Amino acid sequence: MNEIDYTREIPVIEGRPALREIDDLIAKPLETKPDKKYYLALAVTLTMTGIGAIALLLSFYYGTGLWGNNNPVGWGLPIVNFVFWVGIGHAGTLISAILFLLRQRWRNGIARFAEGMTIFAVMTAGIFPLIHVGRPWLAGYLFPYPNQHSLWVNFTSPLLWDVFAVSTYFTVSFIFWYVGLIPDFATLRDRTSNKIKKLIYSVTSLGWRHSNRHWQHYEMVYLILAGFATPLVLSVHTIVSFDFAVSIMPGWHTTIFPPYFVAGAVFSGFAMVQNVLIFIRKIFNYEHIITLNTLERMNKIILLTGSMVGYAYAMEFFIAWYSGVQPEQFTFINRAFGPYAWAYWIMVSCNVIFPQLFWVKKIRRSIPIMFVIAVLVNVGMWFERFVITVTSLSRDYLPSSWAYYAPTLVDGAILLGSFGFFFTWLLLFTKTLPVVSIAEVKAVVEGSQPSHGDH
Amino acid sequence: MSDKILYGYTGIFDTPDEIILAANKVAEDGYKKFDVNTPYPVHGMDNAMKLPVSKLGYAALIFGLTGTISAVTLMYFLSVFDYPIVIGGKPFFAFPAFVPIIFEVTVLAASIATVVTMIALFFKFPNISHPLHDTEYMKKVSSNKYGILLQADDLKFTEESAKELLAKLGAKDITAIYYDQAEISTEHKIFEPKFISLLIIIAVVVSGSTYFALNKLMFMVPFNWMMEQSKIIPQDNNSFFSDGKAMRTPIEGTVARGNMPYQFKGDPESAGKYLKNTLLPTEKNLDLGKKKYDIYCSPCHGYYGEGDSRLRGQFPNPPSLHSEKVRTWTDGRLYHVITEGQNIMPSYASQMTRKERWATILYLRVLQRSLNAKESDLE
Repeated sequence: MNEIDYTREIPVIEGRPALREIDDLIAKPLETKPDKKYYLALAVTLTMTGIGAIALLLSFYYGTGLWGNNNPVGWGLPIVNFVFWVGIGHAGTLISAILFLLRQRWRNGIARFAEGMTIFAVMTAGIFPLIHVGRPWLAGYLFPYPNQHSLWVNFTSPLLWDVFAVSTYFTVSFIFWYVGLIPDFATLRDRTSNKIKKLIYSVTSLGWRHSNRHWQHYEMVYLILAGFATPLVLSVHTIVSFDFAVSIMPGWHTTIFPPYFVAGAVFSGFAMVQNVLIFIRKIFNYEHIITLNTLERMNKIILLTGSMVGYAYAMEFFIAWYSGVQPEQFTFINRAFGPYAWAYWIMVSCNVIFPQLFWVKKIRRSIPIMFVIAVLVNVGMWFERFVITVTSLSRDYLPSSWAYYAPTLVDGAILLGSFGFFFTWLLLFTKTLPVVSIAEVKAVVEGSQPSHGDH
Repeated sequence: MSDKILYGYTGIFDTPDEIILAANKVAEDGYKKFDVNTPYPVHGMDNAMKLPVSKLGYAALIFGLTGTISAVTLMYFLSVFDYPIVIGGKPFFAFPAFVPIIFEVTVLAASIATVVTMIALFFKFPNISHPLHDTEYMKKVSSNKYGILLQADDLKFTEESAKELLAKLGAKDITAIYYDQAEISTEHKIFEPKFISLLIIIAVVVSGSTYFALNKLMFMVPFNWMMEQSKIIPQDNNSFFSDGKAMRTPIEGTVARGNMPYQFKGDPESAGKYLKNTLLPTEKNLDLGKKKYDIYCSPCHGYYGEGDSRLRGQFPNPPSLHSEKVRTWTDGRLYHVITEGQNIMPSYASQMTRKERWATILYLRVLQRSLNAKESDLE
């Protein structure tokens, strides 16, 4: 075995590439025509989106009766999907903001992509509350504007908090992403010889000229945005959990929900980012930028948040027993052994048991195994939202109002469509914008910072 | 060459160490208007160039606090003054429940405003053209080289000294940068008619489409389907029935629940003679009577039955209920007036149940007694 030199930090970017090579590598997908495989992938995702769109049109024409939602279970798959997709978004902000504040330099290679995923995931999530009202064109009433009814929205309702939280989250994520893109647009502007591209990049780079007088303010803005995005990302899933926790349903009305939801969101988001990055680094030859070390670090975060989620599951059971509240106790026993036991045990095995394999270093560093585990994590996290939403509603206080909820084919088509929508944006993103931040990666290449500096 | 205006001299360096040293030397030499262009932010460059700390933090603070205050003020005004509604037993100003929105608005305002401040103030948007653009120098520093620029409008600047300084620092590719014709004007383009008309067009399009969506689109097919449904409502025509009406009359002899025919129609004398008030003047009945009197009788008769209408002459004032005539009427006679109406007063049979009518009469008796109390009432 080789001796490991612990006095030297492991380089974030492997192989000391020249700065020009980084430009060439990252700009390559934007400067070459897409190949057949790309069009094939796009065809698949567009088909999925189309199936979802048809299902939505049918739902608007005939009404939401096409879905499985029934009388006790008014929140069916739309809310499950909403919480799932908002959760996926959280990893992007965690990587770009929280890891930035914590000076985790390995984030630089994956931040741009993860931020892009945040934006697309929040866009996908935004579809569901809108369609769930049945008449999405009336969604304007959610905003407090002086209307002819002279009525205002209910500022004390968690559902309204959600409107503010998700729209703020989308806007701030988008700004953060765009600010990060400005220097890269300038680099692309100076590389291209195509007139139209040059015009577009000139406008989008806002006249950026890599001036240090600008870099100084730019870095301050980046720091401030990271500082705002950090509490924001925690608040968003906290508020999503309030949709449940502020009610009086057994199984929802618990104070553990906010941290539990945030941990779950980061958990599923990291799994999704890891899944997609495995493809990206392979297809675009970014293996030395998005290194195996980076993936291993992501797996450690998956392990950590997965254990937090497992702790929350156990704590819910404990508190149900310890509180002595009968409906609470019944709800949790019903979750594990009732009609939805199948969903519950899928959730527990995917979220709590399989990620524990990441304690083994070999598994953390094996790409096929980590891919499978991350896919399972996302399956598990989708089922977590299903279990929380459906089991509590289908069997609440009054046994006379119990009913079994089963999603319909239309529900499934909409879920499929949401995946298509998300991945379509992702595919377009890889061919139109640099999926790795050029400036940020250059800044962490070995030898890119002055040696007599402070580190 | 001589007709071009000089912007400055540039030099290129290969490593971050060199550029830091060079920037430091230039700053120490007394240059104020110089710049360093690097493909990524180089650590320690702000100190080397002797730049003060960016003041954007203040913008974030000010706009963030503005967001906080406007959110609190708006929600306070709307839920305490403009349209107060009790929701879930919370006070009108339910501060803990307002916290999430206050937080979100703060973050939103601060984030947008800080970035807009940076773009407008420091990048001087929309002035995005610059002499450095499209030069070989720019192409190098945006990729893998580190450049330094000495501006011609610095007080210390002369062509000779600038070239000499750059050469002394070891810079390569020392080149002069000239203004393009279009770039000479340093006026802020934000006031240019072109930019302002762009803003106006955006404003018109946004407000126009909002107006269209809210006032026109919502009333078109299919968005109006909820308003106009294909069902038959009471006053509709309907060709299915022979009388052409959608509404059906009840089968003959049907009696509505709780219906009791009034047997003294148009016969006040008999009503006064035969109808008796079966309610006792208990506190409960008097309370009920007061409630109904205040709702149905007091608008015209006044709260104390003195005929002091609150309707400000929109409806003729009725006579006082304390007159000799009304005081000597039996309860049954009063009941008849309430049930059938009298002169201009309409019938209240459909608004008040029988019991409520009798309770109101009990309360009226109390009012009458209060103005004409007897000695014995004092005991």
